Amino acid sequence: MSRPEHSGPPELFYNETESRKYSSNSHIIQIQYEMSQRALELLALPEGEKCLLLDVGCGSGLSGEILGDNGHTWVGMDISQDMLNVAKEDNDCDGELVLQDMGAGCPFRPGVFDGAISISALQWLCHANSKKENPKQRLLQFFQTLYGCLSRGSRAVFQFYPENTDQSEFIMAQANQAGFNGGLVVDFPNSAKAKKVYLVLMTGGMQRLPSAILHEGQNHDAVTNSERTRWNKGGPRNAKPQKGSRAWIEAKKGRMERQGKEVRPTTKYTGRRRKHAI
Amino acid sequence: MKLLTHNFLSSAFLKNVKIGYPLTLKVTSAEIVESEFDPDFTKRMLTKVEFPALVDAAKAVATVKPIEIPTEKPADWEQNETFLNQVYRLLNCVDVTAGELVCPETRRVFSIRDGIPNMLANEDEVD
Repeated sequence: MSRPEHSGPPELFYNETESRKYSSNSHIIQIQYEMSQRALELLALPEGEKCLLLDVGCGSGLSGEILGDNGHTWVGMDISQDMLNVAKEDNDCDGELVLQDMGAGCPFRPGVFDGAISISALQWLCHANSKKENPKQRLLQFFQTLYGCLSRGSRAVFQFYPENTDQSEFIMAQANQAGFNGGLVVDFPNSAKAKKVYLVLMTGGMQRLPSAILHEGQNHDAVTNSERTRWNKGGPRNAKPQKGSRAWIEAKKGRMERQGKEVRPTTKYTGRRRKHAI
Repeated sequence: MKLLTHNFLSSAFLKNVKIGYPLTLKVTSAEIVESEFDPDFTKRMLTKVEFPALVDAAKAVATVKPIEIPTEKPADWEQNETFLNQVYRLLNCVDVTAGELVCPETRRVFSIRDGIPNMLANEDEVD
C-alpha cells in the first residue's frame, strides 16, 4: 500500500471526501479504536483519575472518543479543517477542537496536560511539503512545545507507521533533544499485518518502558505505573459497560439526554442483537 | 470553542513571543449549551485554570450573551457550591462560535469560526 504522506501534505489528503470516507469505514474505526485503547493504556494514568489530555492529529475524533468514554477531558489538534468538521458534526465527539499544524508547535501554555496521545499522525511530520519546510526543525519544534505543555511526570504516546528504522531513530533523536526520555514499544512484532509501533515518551526521569504485546491472545500485564502509585481515596470503581452493549447504549442515551438532546425511548428492542446486518 | 480551551491557548509557538498568554478574546457570537453540573470536573479544572484570564474571557462573552461572572476566587472555593456552579457554566456551557483571539505581544489575530480556533500561521511566523 503506498504511503499517503508521500503524496502531499495531510490537509490536502484529508479533504472533505477523504475525511468522510475515513470516518465511515468500519475497518478503520475498529483499528483506530483498538490503537487508541492501547495508547491510553500505555499512558499509565493514575488509576481512576480523570485527566486533561491532548490528542495530536485528532482528525475526525475517533481516538478522542475513547478518551471521552474513559471519563477524561480532551483537547484535539489537527491540520485538516475537513476532518475537524466531521468531528464537529459527530454527536459522540465531546472534545474541544483546535485547527493547528503540529509542526508549528502546540499552542498551549506550560504544564497544562496530564498526558498526550496521537494515533497515526506522527509520520506526516517526516516529510517536507515545500522547499521551506524542514522536517527536522518541525519535529523538534513540535516535541519542544509538547514537552512544555505537558505537566511534569506525564507521558505522550504516539502510535505511528515508521517507514524504516532510520525514520524511527530520527524521530527519537528530536524527542530526546526536546527533553523526553522513552522509546518504542512494538506490539505483535512478528506479524506484518498486526504489528503496531508506539513511541512512548516520558517527561520525568528515566523509567522502564512498558512491555509490548508479543502474541495474539497473550494476556499482557497491565502496564504498571511504578512512579505514580497512589492510595485510592475510596469511591466506587465503576466497571465501564462494554461498548455496543445495551448498558452502554443506555448510558449514552442518558448522556445525550443530559445534554438536552432528543433521545428515543428505551424499549425491549434497544440494543437487540440482529440476525443479519441492516 | 469553550472558555476552558481559551484558558489553555497560547501564541508562544510564534517567533519572538515570550509568553503569548492570555490571548485576548473578542466574541462575535456565542451559544450557551446547558449541561448537568459536574463538581469533580469543575474542581479538577480549577486547579489548572488561570482564574483572571477566565474572568476576562467571560466578560468578552458577556458582550453578546448575558452570563454570571464571579468576581474573585473565594478561599473556600472547593466547598462553595454557588461559585463552582458559576465556574462550571463558564468553562463548559459557553461555546464561542465566532470571534477572534489576539496575541498580547505581536497583536497577531487568530480567528474562531464554527467554534474552532484557527491557530495556523505562516512558516515565517513560527520559530
